[in-house]
Amino acid sequence: MSESNSDTPILKTPLYAEHVALSARMVPFAGYDMPVQYPTGILNEHLWTRESAGLFDVSHMGQAELIGSDHATVAKALETLVPADILNIKPGQQRYSQFLNEQGSILDDLMISRPVEPEADGKLILVVNAGCKEADYKHLAQKLPAGITLKRRDDLALFALQGPKAEEVLGTFAPEAKEMGFMSVRSFKVAGFDCTVSRSGYTGEDGYEISVSADHAGALWNKILSNPVVKPVGLGARDSLRLEAGLCLYGHDIDTGTSPIEAGLNWSIQKRRREEGGFPGYERIAKELTDGTSKIRVGILPEGRAPAREGTIITDTDGNEIGVVTSGGFGPSLNGPLAMGYVASGFKQVDTPVILVVRGKPVPAKIAAMPFVPNHYKR
Amino acid sequence: MTTYYSKDHEYIRIEGNVGVVGITDHAQSQLGDVVYVELPKVGSDIAKGGEAAVVESVKAASDVYTPVSGKIVEVNGELEATPNLVNEAAERDGWFFRIELSDKSELDGLMDEAGYKKFVAENA
Repeated sequence: MSESNSDTPILKTPLYAEHVALSARMVPFAGYDMPVQYPTGILNEHLWTRESAGLFDVSHMGQAELIGSDHATVAKALETLVPADILNIKPGQQRYSQFLNEQGSILDDLMISRPVEPEADGKLILVVNAGCKEADYKHLAQKLPAGITLKRRDDLALFALQGPKAEEVLGTFAPEAKEMGFMSVRSFKVAGFDCTVSRSGYTGEDGYEISVSADHAGALWNKILSNPVVKPVGLGARDSLRLEAGLCLYGHDIDTGTSPIEAGLNWSIQKRRREEGGFPGYERIAKELTDGTSKIRVGILPEGRAPAREGTIITDTDGNEIGVVTSGGFGPSLNGPLAMGYVASGFKQVDTPVILVVRGKPVPAKIAAMPFVPNHYKR
Repeated sequence: MTTYYSKDHEYIRIEGNVGVVGITDHAQSQLGDVVYVELPKVGSDIAKGGEAAVVESVKAASDVYTPVSGKIVEVNGELEATPNLVNEAAERDGWFFRIELSDKSELDGLMDEAGYKKFVAENA
């Protein structure tokens, strides 16, 4: 186990005591002491999430609110930093986007929600990555116009309840949860506690993310976990679940070396923004949308059983280097190795044979469609 | 039969001039679910401390070093189809390879079971 060499003290989420009580193995992640797995192990936690319901503590992520005089004002302000159409997010809807730098590269990716309540007009709820949050908040503070306030919500915890039985479980505490569609957001009481709930997640399964006051986090966590169809799931399985779902992990599959187009996130840039621009790096993004990119993110299925990890070099069948693996491992539901990475665009077609250089040895592989296992989002 | 342990959490069970090498039960519990094991080539000569195998869990790959120098005489083919034998029986059915010792005195630098248990407790 590696030790932290950082001088800054490691942070704990409001659920730290619950993780310890559940005998989780705690590891440092993005400055937080986080559960990588519980005693049942990553494999079982992963499979349980796909067949029943897994409960994840994701309180390390950054929760914040952007507040302006009305929706159009706050939306237009945020649109100067992200390529998504924020103006046309409907009340009660959530949208995925990225903070871009002037070169059109990705500073972070985030979820943006517009509350449904009329009295919350002018408020957007942001969820950003733990490892980027301080930089994101600084970026926002520097770039946002006067009149727009950034309010950190470090007083909130965040859970993800994911899997085919998530609806049934959350429905027992809050019937409203059953009525929600994919990528919608609502505020209601869950087991008596005020929560903001979105129907989204990071596993490819149906499920929810539940934001609750840190003071009530432990009580709500234990209530949800008292349902025997729910088991706690750590960061290890969170990673294998999102990889099977073909979802990007910031700092690995996307970073300041990639644009959203290279990452295949074109779907997250709505038509109005493509036409009008007005976000950092628009020139490059517009050009890439028209002309394509020289490298592109793809899924990769290695032959055999050996996983190809992050950093593995990808070559063509003649041994010429064409790319690199950015996330790779073993997919418990796939029951085999899987990877994603960037290749020269000429190699992006599904079933194109490539070679992965694993510990100096060539492992034949094929470009594969993502997700690697079917999504089960609530449509 | 005597079993010795390394600080890298390998064991070697001595059977005559051959040692059966694998990772300890403590090591497998730290790694978590093993999904793949890369084994050395039979007939290859590996020096003490050299990389002899790779064990992959869902999360990460870890090198396995041979605790003694010698020639690989057999590998555990069962691990190809059922790598989780390492989790279920690390120090029995989950063995990695048999090595013909070239220098038995190298065993002197290893720990016995009591010494290894103490080492694990101190480094926990």
